Amino acid sequence: MIRMTDISKSFSGNKVLKNVHFALEKGEIHALMGENGAGKSTLMKVMSGIYTRDSGMIEVKGEKVHFTSPKQAEKAGIAVIHQELNILPHLSIADNLFLGREETIGRTGILKTKQMEKKTRQILLDLGLDINPADPASSLSVGKQQILEIAKALSVDAEVIIMDEPTAALTDREIDNLFKTIRDLQKRGVSFIYISHRMEEIFSLCDRITILRDGEFVGERKISETSFDEIVQMMVGRELGERYPERKSTIGEIKLAVKGLSRKNCFEDISFELRRGEVLSIAGLMGAGRTEVAQSLFGYKKLDSGTIEFDGKQVRIDTPKKAKEMGIGYVTEDRKSEGLVVDFTVEENVSMTNFAAISKNGLISKDRERQLYDTMVKRLGIRTSGPDQAAKSLSGGNQQKVVIAKWLGIEPKLLILDEPTRGVDVGAKKEIYSIINELAERGVAILMISSELPEVIGMADRVLVMHEGKITADLAKNEMTQERIMHFATGGGKLAVEDQ
Amino acid sequence: MQLKTNNQSILQKIAPFIGLILIIVIITILNPGFLSVSNLMNVLRQVSINALIAFGMTFVILTGGIDLSVGATLALTGAVSAGMMASGVDPIFAMLLGLLLGAVLGAINGIIIAKGKVAPFIATLATMTIYRGLTLVYTDGRPISGLGDSLTFQMLGKGYFLGIPIPVVTMIVSFAILYFILKKTTFGRRVYAVGGNEEASILSGINADRIKIYVYSLLGLLAALASLILTSRLNSAQPTAGEMFELDAIAAVVLGGTSLTGGRGWIVGTLIGALIIGVLNNGLNLIGVPSFFQQVVKGAVILLAVLLDRKKTA
Ligand SMILES: Nc1ncnc2c1ncn2[C@@H]1O[C@H](COP(=O)(O)OP(=O)(O)OP(=O)(O)O)[C@@H](O)[C@H]1O
Ligand SMILES: [Mg+2]
Repeated sequence: MIRMTDISKSFSGNKVLKNVHFALEKGEIHALMGENGAGKSTLMKVMSGIYTRDSGMIEVKGEKVHFTSPKQAEKAGIAVIHQELNILPHLSIADNLFLGREETIGRTGILKTKQMEKKTRQILLDLGLDINPADPASSLSVGKQQILEIAKALSVDAEVIIMDEPTAALTDREIDNLFKTIRDLQKRGVSFIYISHRMEEIFSLCDRITILRDGEFVGERKISETSFDEIVQMMVGRELGERYPERKSTIGEIKLAVKGLSRKNCFEDISFELRRGEVLSIAGLMGAGRTEVAQSLFGYKKLDSGTIEFDGKQVRIDTPKKAKEMGIGYVTEDRKSEGLVVDFTVEENVSMTNFAAISKNGLISKDRERQLYDTMVKRLGIRTSGPDQAAKSLSGGNQQKVVIAKWLGIEPKLLILDEPTRGVDVGAKKEIYSIINELAERGVAILMISSELPEVIGMADRVLVMHEGKITADLAKNEMTQERIMHFATGGGKLAVEDQ
Repeated sequence: MQLKTNNQSILQKIAPFIGLILIIVIITILNPGFLSVSNLMNVLRQVSINALIAFGMTFVILTGGIDLSVGATLALTGAVSAGMMASGVDPIFAMLLGLLLGAVLGAINGIIIAKGKVAPFIATLATMTIYRGLTLVYTDGRPISGLGDSLTFQMLGKGYFLGIPIPVVTMIVSFAILYFILKKTTFGRRVYAVGGNEEASILSGINADRIKIYVYSLLGLLAALASLILTSRLNSAQPTAGEMFELDAIAAVVLGGTSLTGGRGWIVGTLIGALIIGVLNNGLNLIGVPSFFQQVVKGAVILLAVLLDRKKTA
C-alpha cells in the first residue's frame, strides 16, 4: 500500500530521521512505536506532505509520490489525525467535521446545514458520542475533541488512516468504541498506521509493528510473534525492569485537608485529606470534575463553598500565584494550551515558574537560568537540541517533561499532577514515576489525577474515585482493582467488601 | 537567545533593516541632499516622537493588546502641562505631573482591559474618544501658548546635547532602557509570556492582569513624554495634537516584525520601523512627491513590507 525507503530528514542540522524504512500493507493495522522524540510524528508528517524529506523514496500503491501538501496526500486517500488537535473552537461541531468540504446546494455556496448536522450526529454516534452537532466545538472536552478529530479522518473515505496517539485523552469506553470502528473499517479494506505509547492497545489492536529508536529503523515484527519485553527492549535498547518502581516513603502528618468543596456544575461536597509523603490519586472518567477540583485547589477557578486547610491552618487560595507561593505546583493536563508558551524556548519555559530562583531585583541572571535548565534537563532526561530549541518543536513526550520541570524548580510541598504521563513513552513514564517517588520520599504530598488505571494502581497509596462531580469511593492500596475503580467511576453504588 | 525565542531566523530579523537601507539608497539617488548631516538630524528629530510612542506600543502589542488612545493621551497630557505652565505653575512640576497623568491614563486603559475583560481595541477606542473630548473641554478647543521660558522645558524640544537634538537623545536613552527591560528583566520576560500564552502564564503563577496594567501605563507615560517634546517644540499645546499618531506607532511596530497576536517581536525592529516611516516622510518631501500622493506611497510601502514578512514566515 505504502512503502517508504531510506527516508532521512533533519531540522537545522539535527538529523531526526536516518534512512528509515516503513511498509504498510493493505488492510492491516500497523503500529509505530518508539520513545519520545524517536521520530514517529516526523515520519508521518513526511509521509503526508507536511514536511519534505531530505532523501529517500515514498511509493503509494506502487507509484512514486512526492506530496508537497497534506491536501495532496488526502487526495491520494491518506488521512492523518495529528497528535495535536486542530479544532476551530468557535465553529460548530458539524462545521468542524465538514470544514473544507462543506455540502452545499448546487454550486451556490449555500450550506446544507441541517443535512451536515444529521450526518455529523450519525458519524459521532457510531463512535459512541451523543452530542448536538450544532454546539460549538469548544463545548467539548479534550477527549471529545479528539473523537471529533477521529471522525473527521474517518469521514473522508480514506484508504489509509494515520493516527498519532489518538487515545491519549480518551476514556476506556471511548477507546472501545474507537477500536470497534477501526476494526469495522479494516474489514472494508482500510489500512491504519497507529502510534501509541500504550502497549496494551498495540497488542489488542494491531497486526504488525515497526519500531524506531533515535530516528533509526530498529525492526519490524508481527504482533503475534513478539512480546511486550521484546518491544520495550527494541525501543529503549536495554531492559527496563519493573514498570512501577518501588517507593519507600513514610507517610507523615496531614498537609492538605479539604472539606465540602463545591463549585456549581463542576463538583460537589469534595472532602479529603492528603498527607506528607503520600501519593493520592483521583480516578474517574473524563468530565467527572477531577481537573476542576485541581484547578480550584490551585486558585485558578473559584470555589463556591468549602474550606481548605494547609499545614493545619485554614487558607484561601484565590490565585495561582498565591498557590505557588505556598509551595503548591500544578502540572496541567493540556500541555499546549495550559502548560507551555510554545513560542518560548525550552529554557524560557522552565524559567516561567522560577523567576525567584533565577533573578535578583527583577534582573534575570543568565547563568542561573542556564544552571536551572541544565539541572532540570538532566534530572528529567529531557531530549532537546539545546536550551534554545523552541518548545513547539519538541516531541510530545518531551514537552510533557518540560511542564513537569517547570514545577520541580520551585521545590513544591504539594504537587498536583493532572495526567502526568499522557503521551509519554514507557521509559520516560518510569522516569516520571521515579521522580514522583523521589518527591514523596522527601515528604512532598502528591495529588495525581490519572485516567490510566494501571498507573493509578501502580502508583497511588490511596485513590479517590469521582463520578459526576462527587466522590464515590475512597480506596486504600489493598482495595484497589481496576474493576472496582471502574465500578465507582461509572456511578455504581457501594460494593460489599467480599466481592473483592 | 531572544532571536530564537521569537522563533524567527536571523535573516527575518534583519529584513526591516535591509528595507530601511534600501529606502535610504533610493531616496539618496533621487536627491543626494538627503544624506546631509542637518537633514539626517532633522529626520531623527521627527522620528523621535513616533518612536517613543512606538516603543511603548511594542510592549502593549507583545502582550497581545493594542492601544488606540495614545494620540489622545498625548493631547490631553500636553494640554494639562501646558495649561499649568501658562498659569504660572513651576514648569518642572507641571512636566512631572504631565508624565504622571500619562501613566494614569494608561493605567485606566489597562484596568479596563485586564479587570473589566474588555477587548483592547474596543476599550481604547472608547477611551480615545473620552481623552480627546476631555482635551477639548479643558482647552475649550483653542491652543494653549505663553508657556514661559523655563530653560529645561525649552531644551526638551529644541535643545542640543553634544550637537545632537535633545529629543533624539531622549529617544536613544529610552530605547536603551526599554531594550534592557525587555531583554534582561523578569518583567520583560513576563510580557512575552503573557502575550505568548496567557493561560499558561497565569497557571505558572504570573499575575497577567498586573503585567497588562503596567504595559499600558508605560505606554501612557511615553506618550506623555512625547507630548512634552512636541509642546516644547511648538511652544504651545494643540487640542488636536497627536491625531493619527496611534496608527504611525502601530505601523512602526508591525514594520519591525512584531506580531499583532502577541508574544513575538522585538523593540529593535520597532526602532527601525519608526525610522522607515520617518525617512519616508522626509524623503518623499525631498524628492518632491506631491503631499497627497505621499500618503499613498507610505501606505503602499507599509503593505509591501508586511506582505514580504508574511511570505517569509509562511
Ligand atoms: N519542526 C521541528 N524543528 C526542529 N526539531 C524538530 C521539529 N519537529 C520535530 N523535531 C525534533 O525531532 C525529533 C523527533 O520528533 P517527533 O515529534 O517525530 O517524535 P515522536 O517520536 O513523535 O515523539 P513523541 O512520542 O514524544 O510524540 C525530536 O527530537 C524533536 O525535537
Ligand atoms: Mg509524536
